[in-house]
Amino acid sequence: MLLASSQFDELRLDRMSRSFGTVNALKDISLTIRKGEFIALLGPSGCGKSTALNCLAGLLATTGGSIYLDDRRLDQLKPEDRGFGMVFQNYALFPHMTVKANVGFGLKMRGMAKAEAARRVDEALALVRLETQGNKLPGQLSGGQQQRVAIARAIVIEPPLVLMDEPLSNLDAKLRLEMRAEIRRIHNQLGATTIYVTHDQDEALSLADRIVVLRDGTIRQVGSPRDLYENPDHLDVAEFMGYRNRLAGTLVERDGARGTVDVGGVRLSGTVRGNIATGGSAIVVARSDDITVTDDKANALAATVETIEYRGREYVGTARKADGAEVVFHASKPVSVGSPVSLSVDAGRTLIFPA
Amino acid sequence: MADPQPSLRQRLALRGIDGVTLLALPAVLFVLAVFIYPFAYGLLLSFEPKEGGALANYQRFFSDPFLYRTIATTLWLAVPVTIISLALAVPIALRVRLMTRQRLLTTILVLPITLGTVLVAEGLLNYLGPQGWFSRTLMLFGVIEHPLKLTNNYWGVFASLIITGFPFTFLLTLSYVTGIDPALEHAAATHGAGAWQRFRHVFLPLLAPGLAISACLSFVQAFAVFPSAILLGAPAGPTRVISIAAYQAAFEQYDYSMASAIAMIMAAVQMVIVVAILAFRNLFYRGSTAGGKG
Repeated sequence: MLLASSQFDELRLDRMSRSFGTVNALKDISLTIRKGEFIALLGPSGCGKSTALNCLAGLLATTGGSIYLDDRRLDQLKPEDRGFGMVFQNYALFPHMTVKANVGFGLKMRGMAKAEAARRVDEALALVRLETQGNKLPGQLSGGQQQRVAIARAIVIEPPLVLMDEPLSNLDAKLRLEMRAEIRRIHNQLGATTIYVTHDQDEALSLADRIVVLRDGTIRQVGSPRDLYENPDHLDVAEFMGYRNRLAGTLVERDGARGTVDVGGVRLSGTVRGNIATGGSAIVVARSDDITVTDDKANALAATVETIEYRGREYVGTARKADGAEVVFHASKPVSVGSPVSLSVDAGRTLIFPA
Repeated sequence: MADPQPSLRQRLALRGIDGVTLLALPAVLFVLAVFIYPFAYGLLLSFEPKEGGALANYQRFFSDPFLYRTIATTLWLAVPVTIISLALAVPIALRVRLMTRQRLLTTILVLPITLGTVLVAEGLLNYLGPQGWFSRTLMLFGVIEHPLKLTNNYWGVFASLIITGFPFTFLLTLSYVTGIDPALEHAAATHGAGAWQRFRHVFLPLLAPGLAISACLSFVQAFAVFPSAILLGAPAGPTRVISIAAYQAAFEQYDYSMASAIAMIMAAVQMVIVVAILAFRNLFYRGSTAGGKG
C-alpha cells in the first residue's frame, strides 16, 4: 500500500463562526483535531454540523474565527487551495466521466503525470474494492458502489483531511452497516484524518474516536463515544445518546454524585449531573433498556402499555403513566396492550439533570 | 388449457395505445394541415417553374450570383449571431444561477421578445443612427470624430438580431445551467479544480448537449431574418438575405414557383447546419446531470 495521507500534526479551529444575516448558524467553534483521528460531528438537523463541514471545506465562507492546519491559516483560502478530500451526501460524482476519471479528477487538476495518476487511481479503486468497475459511468453503478467511488476520489489525492457529509444517509440499512465498516477500515488503512458529519448516533458511536455534539451552532460536548454514551454533560446530549426517557420530579436526597428524585411518589436514584440543590426540580433520564418490567410493585413506575414491538431477543414497548408521561421500556416477555405494568429503573445507569 | 388471449384493448395498452392516445389527434391534424401540407405543396410547386424543366428554378438560383450569394450573406449574419449569443449567454447564465432575484432579470430579458422585431428595429434606427444617442455620446467624450455608420448596413441587422435573439438563447441556457447539480461544482472545487477547470471539465461537457439545442434554435431564428434586414440593413446589398430573395420572387415578380424553390433551398441550408450541430452533440455525454441519488 503506497497510498497514504499527508503529514501534519493538528487541525485547529479557533472560534470559527458563521452567520446568515442575523442568524448564527455556527458560534465560536473551537476544536483541535490531531492527525489520524476520526471525528464525528453529531447533532440533529439544523444544529450547524453541515455548515461547519462546508466552512472547513471552504464551500462556505466563515464570518469569524480562523482555521489552522499546523501553522498554515486556511480559512481565507478557496476550496481548491485547501487540498482536502470530500465525500458528499448525494455522492456528487461527475456523471459524464468514467469511474476512473472521477477518481483521478483531483490528480488531473494537480497536473500529476498520467502514469503515476493511473497507478494511484488503481490503488484507490482496489482500496474501495471496485477494481473491475473502472470503465463504467457512475450511472451504471449501485448507490453503494457510487459512494465507494466518491470515497476513492476523496482519498486518492492523499489529503490531510477527509470530510464526509452524511455519506451513508442515502443507502439502505444493510448497505449502511457494510459501508460503515468499510469507511473505518479505509480510515485505519490510510492513517487518514476524517471528519464525519452525521445525525445518526449509532454511526457516530461506532465510527468515531471522538464525537463532537453540536446543538444550535455551538459545541455541547466533545468526548470519546464511551464518554458521551455513559456521561453526557447535558440533557440534550443525553437525549441524543439514547436516553429516551425523561421523568420530571424533585430532588429529595443528595449524597455527593448520587441523588434520589421523587417522581410522582416513586423514588428513583441515579448520578446527578449539574448543580441541583435538595428540593430543586430535576429530570431523571434513562435508556429504554434500563427500564424493565417487574413484578415488584414497590418503588416501581405504574403505567399502562400503549404499544409493544417484537425486536427479536426482546420486546420494546411504550407505556403511559397516569400523569401523561410516556415511558419506553424493554420486556423479556410480551405484555398486552392496554394492560397495567410496573416498571423498574436501573439506578446504576440513570442520570439526573437540573430541570 | 392455454391461457385465454388478452383482449385487443389489453394488447394495444401494452404498446402504449389507449383512450388517452386519441388526445393527440387534434395535434396530428393541426400539424398535417398547417405544416405538412403547405410544405409538400411548396415542394411540388418549386418543381413546376414558369418555364423550363422541373429543376429550372434550382438551376436559375445556383447560376445567378444575385440569388445564390444570399445564402452566404444570410450565413454571414446568422452564424456570428448564434456564436456570440451563446458566448454571452453561458457566462451570464453561470453568474445568474447564483443570484436570488432571477425573476427581475428574466422579466427584463423577456421584454425584447414581447416587443417584437419591428419595434426594436425602429428603436435602433434612432439610437444607432447618425444623429442617435450612441454616436452623439461617443462624440461628446471625444472617442470618435464623426458619427459611426451603424444603421442601413450589416451592423444594424446584426445588433437587432442579437437583441431579439439573445433572450431566447439566454433563458434556454439558464435552464440548462441550473439543471446541473451544484454539488458537482463543490466536488470539483474541493478536489482542486479552479474556476476555469471547473468550467472546462464539469460545466462545459454537461452543458454541451443543451448548448447545441440552443445553437440550433438561435441559428434557425437568425437565418430566417427578414424585417430587420430591410429596416436596419441594406436590403439591396450587404444584407440581402435569402428571405428577401424569396419575398421578391413571390411579391415583386409574382413567381410563386421560384419563391417556393428559394424557400426549399433555405430549408435545406438550415437542415444541413442543424444536422451538423446535432451530430456534434452526439459526441457528448447526454444523461442525467445530477451527481448521484437524492
